[in-house]
Amino acid sequence: MKSRANIRVKEKFIEGLLFLSASLTILTTVGIIWVLSSESISFFQEISPLDFFTSTEWAPSNREAPKYGVLVLLSGTLTTTAIATLVAVPIGLTLAVYLAVYSGPTIRKWIKPALELLAAVPTVVYGYFALSVLTPIIREVFPTLPLFNALSAGIVMGIMIIPIVSSLSEDAIRSVPKTLAEASYGLGATKFQTAFKVLVPAASSGITVSIILGIARAIGETMIVAIAAGTKPNLTFNPMGSVMTITTYMAETASGDVEFGSIRYKSIFAVGITLFLFTLILNLISFYIKKRVRNEYE
Amino acid sequence: MINCIKIQVMKVLNKIAALGLVALLASCGSSSSEGEGLSGKVSIDGSSTVYPITAGIAEYYGEENDNVEVLVGVSGTGGGFKKFCIGQTDINDASRPIKDKEIAVAEENNITYQQLSVAYDGIAVVINPANDWVDHITTEELQNIWKSDAGADLKWSDIREGWPEEKIQLYGPGDASGTYDYFNEAILGKELSCRNDYNASENDNMLVKGVADDKYALGYFGLAYYEENKETLKVAPVKDGENAPVTPSLTTVMDKSYSPLSRPIFIYVSSEAIKKAQVKSFVEFYLENAAEVSKKVGYIPMTEEEYTAQKDIFQSFCK
Repeated sequence: MKSRANIRVKEKFIEGLLFLSASLTILTTVGIIWVLSSESISFFQEISPLDFFTSTEWAPSNREAPKYGVLVLLSGTLTTTAIATLVAVPIGLTLAVYLAVYSGPTIRKWIKPALELLAAVPTVVYGYFALSVLTPIIREVFPTLPLFNALSAGIVMGIMIIPIVSSLSEDAIRSVPKTLAEASYGLGATKFQTAFKVLVPAASSGITVSIILGIARAIGETMIVAIAAGTKPNLTFNPMGSVMTITTYMAETASGDVEFGSIRYKSIFAVGITLFLFTLILNLISFYIKKRVRNEYE
Repeated sequence: MINCIKIQVMKVLNKIAALGLVALLASCGSSSSEGEGLSGKVSIDGSSTVYPITAGIAEYYGEENDNVEVLVGVSGTGGGFKKFCIGQTDINDASRPIKDKEIAVAEENNITYQQLSVAYDGIAVVINPANDWVDHITTEELQNIWKSDAGADLKWSDIREGWPEEKIQLYGPGDASGTYDYFNEAILGKELSCRNDYNASENDNMLVKGVADDKYALGYFGLAYYEENKETLKVAPVKDGENAPVTPSLTTVMDKSYSPLSRPIFIYVSSEAIKKAQVKSFVEFYLENAAEVSKKVGYIPMTEEEYTAQKDIFQSFCK
């Protein structure tokens, strides 16, 4: 009897520990949202949100009329993210199909760890790779490319998110019921036709989720763009230009000599919440798609 | 979410870098010894420009005075004065003299204080080594380059006749740094604003890389950084008004001929604070060792007479 009571106490204790660690993640998220929004609210009391989201000028240091047009920074973020997506989606998807449909177990044994290694490279290393290896190579072809540019930062960021896209897509393709592939082969379809006309469309929701997660990762990436994309606020979608992304601005300003509580200080949180909204929307979309997928196969 | 964490991490990394520097200094040994069993706290805040010197001094001082806790914060000159003028801190690091507004706050709180110069800081205007057309640059030309309405497509030929018809690529510190404030005050004055469309970074290494890479680039940063990167950069002598162009160096900053891009940096100490024996001894120690430490962390020491003068000022303030 005694031991049973003992077990019950133990159970309760472990349950409590598990609950605590679960609530810790929620509390952290709530705390971050609270800090972001409370500082942003006092920012928006001084700078109208309309100006913030529509002005095309980013000139926070202008003495008479500081301008906070987040579009300028957003254009930098979107440019680098778009380039990264253009790199990661075709390569990641091809890899996923190859791994799920074509490759034998031996090749898989080599490629999988290599991909995981790609995901484990510190982003600061990626950043310097872009700046001191990739940029000089691209410059051989386009000599007018500035040293700090969106193109090479975007490409390297794309390489960084390939593992996210490929491994999640591969899982999605693998989880397509076997019967679909067999039916396709039975009708005389080739491997290629089965892969791209049956499996990929059937796994499209999972693939979309993988792409969205990759994009979310690219939007929030800081180190690579801070090192290789430049620090020049520039309203442009030109990949050959120097840009300043939202994350670069945050990192730069936070490491400078900004007075605590000043409008500049608060602007870090205002652009931060803009970024947060973007990733939140992307997460919501992927959440919605995931839910739909579950219904499809049940 | 990740970004917030990253910023924290970067801040911590910066701190660690600063500590590393301090550790390096500490290992170099030091002169004069004072420790007479003092204890208590010395709280310091203020400019990030002055921070390396103060942190170095604090480390030296700590070696000889185990029981004195010296806390050095970095809230910026203005942020530091906010605390200093209501008596929260003993000493404020300042890269500019105190402003009237701040003086008013100090008076309201019955804080009397003394300004002490501890070293000089110089700004170097740098160009690419392949740049063979700039033999010197005038303060007026610098103003035309950096003012906010200079135009995004500003060419070298717009600045002086005979210079190439190529766009000037600009590199400089971000507007959150003390160097930025000082450069703009010296070059643009109080009326003009600085342009925003240039490559701005708080990381001087990025600026060095940028200017070293582009034949048509121009940038500026602390003289110490130029000295470290002499091989990859060229410095532009600056001509102020009718004076002859002057190349920045230890000598020209010390004899004040390199103007207006060199400035003294200060510490402020309050009369309330020096009643604490440890604060008084810390300031004396500071003035004694400022020359050595400022040289080590890349600033320019004042002359011996100037330090003696500062010591005299401090002694009479203590009376």
